[in-house]
Amino acid sequence: MNAHMLTLTSWPTRKPAAFLLLASLLWWLLYQTLVPVSEALVTWLPVPRDSHLGGALQFFFYDAPKVLMLLGAVVFVMGMVNSYFTPERTRALLAGRTEGMANAMAALLGIVTPFCSCSAVPLFIGFVQAGVPLGVTFSFLISAPMVNEVALTLLFGLFGWKVALLYLAMGLGIAMVAGWVIGRLKLEAHLEDWVREMPRMSAQFEDAGCTLADRVQAGFAAVRSIVGKVWPYILGGIALGALIHGYVPEDFMASFMGREAWWSVPLAVLIGVPMYTNAAGVIPIVQALLAKGAALGTVLAFMMSVIALSLPEMIILRKVLKLRLIATFVAVVASGILLVGFVFNAVL
Amino acid sequence: MDIKVLGTGCANCKNTVNLIEQVANAQGVAVQLEKVEDIRAIMGYGVMSTPGVVINGKVVHAGGVPSRDKIEQWLSA
Repeated sequence: MNAHMLTLTSWPTRKPAAFLLLASLLWWLLYQTLVPVSEALVTWLPVPRDSHLGGALQFFFYDAPKVLMLLGAVVFVMGMVNSYFTPERTRALLAGRTEGMANAMAALLGIVTPFCSCSAVPLFIGFVQAGVPLGVTFSFLISAPMVNEVALTLLFGLFGWKVALLYLAMGLGIAMVAGWVIGRLKLEAHLEDWVREMPRMSAQFEDAGCTLADRVQAGFAAVRSIVGKVWPYILGGIALGALIHGYVPEDFMASFMGREAWWSVPLAVLIGVPMYTNAAGVIPIVQALLAKGAALGTVLAFMMSVIALSLPEMIILRKVLKLRLIATFVAVVASGILLVGFVFNAVL
Repeated sequence: MDIKVLGTGCANCKNTVNLIEQVANAQGVAVQLEKVEDIRAIMGYGVMSTPGVVINGKVVHAGGVPSRDKIEQWLSA
């Protein structure tokens, strides 16, 4: 029995290529069945399909597995991709570059480099120590938490690829420009003294040599730790979405978060900054706001300020940055988010 | 065996300490486990992503909770 279990659970790492092929095929087939299965489930329940409740149930039965499947696949693939981009390799790619292009690179690398907000400080010091310019380091630090695969997948699954793409472009844009601006301001003197006095390090690194099997394992680990953590938020968000789908009046939010109310964008950012949650936690709120007629720019500005600027992160960063540098960081990023919110409300 | 876990005090760092303790108990290996939370000390090891694990002065792991297999290998070495 035990030997059986072992062969069953270890074959993906023994035959990783075959596993990936088979898994993607199965995944695709299952994905195709989501609409018919959710419809069948609702017909089978003693609820009329065209009632409020029937609509809400179909929405839930379709959206919940769809989003979870999308998220599982994306997190798995990103777990594999992440294993190519360790922080050490990213640092080596960025060290010694001049600003400009390097800000763009740092923002892009922020998407694929694994990042946890509790590592923000060691990462920050490690980058600066190895000669990555301050502004470029900030581009990375802004993009890494804000533009991440969980946020993008959820936006794609719930609101479509246009919203996801907008968020991606806006997030990268803010990270690049804000980092560049911070670099221009020459704030190196506002790093804490002990950080500036640390010995310079070279950015060289040894590649540990990762096999495809290791990467598959990394994918599994990512799914376990990320999807395992965020699924309750997602189900909650979708359930909420399903409920307001039928029950709350359509333009409930439009009066105070619609595009006519110019002050709604700064208000959204102001509320968003002290809030601290991950991309998954903020999705239920976004879902509720959008469904009820809040303007897209306002809602995305809110989501970005919740994820990118958080009080706990500021407190951690205070160990390495003097107050003035933190204030500049918050001000520059918040202005970027504001601008983006205004522009989207005006254009869309 | 002298083991240090490097981390600023997040959940993953605590999990790492617990996991190492468990494995050490299971294997009956005597270890001296220490948690390093001071950011300067952590940076002194050149680690950029936490939690990191240092065994007898050498960094063996960084960036995430190590797998049980890995810990078993370290302790049996």
